[in-house]
Amino acid sequence: MSKIKSGLVGFISGVLFGAGLAVAQMTNPQKVLDFLNVTGDWDPSLALVMAGALVVSWAGYRVKARMQQPVYACDFSVPTNKQIDLRLMLGSATFGIGWGLAGLCPGPAIASLSYASFDLLIFVSAMLVGMLLAKVVIRTTS
Amino acid sequence: MENFTPVSALVGGAFIGCAAVFLLIFLGRVAGISGIISQAFSTQSNWLQRNTWRVAFVLGLIMGPIVAVNYFAITPPQAPAGNIITLVIAGLLVGFGAVYGSGCTSGHGVCGISRFSKRSIIATATFMATAGMTVWVMA
Repeated sequence: MSKIKSGLVGFISGVLFGAGLAVAQMTNPQKVLDFLNVTGDWDPSLALVMAGALVVSWAGYRVKARMQQPVYACDFSVPTNKQIDLRLMLGSATFGIGWGLAGLCPGPAIASLSYASFDLLIFVSAMLVGMLLAKVVIRTTS
Repeated sequence: MENFTPVSALVGGAFIGCAAVFLLIFLGRVAGISGIISQAFSTQSNWLQRNTWRVAFVLGLIMGPIVAVNYFAITPPQAPAGNIITLVIAGLLVGFGAVYGSGCTSGHGVCGISRFSKRSIIATATFMATAGMTVWVMA
């Protein structure tokens, strides 16, 4: 696989992803918190962000099912793990608590770096440390 | 519900979906942001060779909002609120949890659910629930 082609695909996909997050206002933590605040003045917008993404992505997987291999790669690397284990549950629960505290998840946090504030840099730095910690824990326990 | 913005939400969501489909069809990869970012800590040899598309994706991800702000009259990304200690704890939990649980809003929430992965559906229900409870407790 040519590095130029894969780099170009990665870049275009990243721009589309980042633009989508900004258009959908997921890069506005207050908008995210208003969505999570179900018992308060609820803003359901983010449910529609997910709906829009899911419909397009679902159609994409229908197309993929008819393909032998990706256009620029030898094979599809889609997760195959089907196990519902403690790691999945604990990790997701932990992630959710952090998401509810700041209103930022990894995608919007990185995408917002183009308009970085001190507070965002603090969050992103801590997030990277958290990721590194998880990698270490996974490596030492498995 | 005075802040409800259905059109920009659907359009933005469709963009995200297109990004995921583009990556899947051309490179056969899943657009899971925590997975892509955490590869930065991978110690394998030929790191840049193996991760060219990931580095390019992250660069694009950072440029995306600039493009969007210039071409669509949208609000630019906003800084998170809260004191530094809360932001540090939140960041640690988000980073640790997303990698330990093998995915976040993008990998589980979008890519996983759209291929009907039971793991991703359960993961998404779990983090939505704990996030909602956290907001409720903090309010």
